[in-house]
Amino acid sequence: MIWAGLLVASAACYGLKLAGLSLPPRWLQDARIQRTVPLLPVALLAALIATQTFSSGQHLVLDVRAAALGVAVIAVLLRAPFLVVIVSAAATAALLRLL
Amino acid sequence: MADAPVFSPARQKVIRDALGIAIASGAYALSFGAIATTSGLSLLQTVSLSLLMFTGASQFALVGIIGSGGSVWAGAATAALLGTRNALYGVRLSSLLKVSGLRRFGAAQFVIDETTAMAIARDDENVGRFAFWATGLLLFAFWNLGTLIGALATNALPDPKVLGLDAAPPAAYLALLAPRLRAREPLAIALAAGLVALICIPFVPAGIPLLIVAGLVVLYGLFGKSA
Repeated sequence: MIWAGLLVASAACYGLKLAGLSLPPRWLQDARIQRTVPLLPVALLAALIATQTFSSGQHLVLDVRAAALGVAVIAVLLRAPFLVVIVSAAATAALLRLL
Repeated sequence: MADAPVFSPARQKVIRDALGIAIASGAYALSFGAIATTSGLSLLQTVSLSLLMFTGASQFALVGIIGSGGSVWAGAATAALLGTRNALYGVRLSSLLKVSGLRRFGAAQFVIDETTAMAIARDDENVGRFAFWATGLLLFAFWNLGTLIGALATNALPDPKVLGLDAAPPAAYLALLAPRLRAREPLAIALAAGLVALICIPFVPAGIPLLIVAGLVVLYGLFGKSA
């Protein structure tokens, strides 16, 4: 089941890249498409942050992940490199669980 | 007399810049390999994703959703929605690259944020094409190497959750989101999207709030008042 999802998603992502190179440009140069597509990663990444920080299944929860996200926000505001952002968030969660 | 250098100064600078981007991405792929493994993917599944999908935000979203108990299909849909921007990059690159036949199928896999940024807006089109291929090849190599090392290292741990890696995906999303928030409209959309997703959580299965948010933002983009 996981394999099927991985392969379908990979094929879809590759197909989108190939479509951009292959389709007549004017198909995708519509002003509404140009405006809408860049909003998708903004909305989806924000929704991913919210759901994976504050929920467990269908329950809203507040746990060490919120603190991990808070540390990640500080790291991003300090313009820390990607790996530092990840490691500081993970370390925050790990340390709080030890307490 | 010394031999003429293989690459012109402009191309040497492209290679240096591409190598810098590739090394930074390799570090980022380390964390992908570690997070994917912690989410329950096998070593083969993890390295296959980096080889076949090769677009960071989609890969992180897919493994994050699987790791947090969402369905793999909600993850696959979210990964594809995050990959739509690559289609627009392809449009911008197609007139520059002028690839056809088998080369187009190869070039397509490299159509991502970093290669687009490196290739477009060059004074010389030949340097732009060179930048696309140099960045694509170096990044592909380091991305997959980083993924493999991150996954192998995490596989060797008895319990990767001890390192807090299961709490790391939101930090990865945040690092990917932050550069896109430099104007008021995207910031407002991000806050609204987070709020809508939280409101949906108790009412629909895990992963579905993301698709609701995607549907709403598409409606907003297509029919909302343009800023």
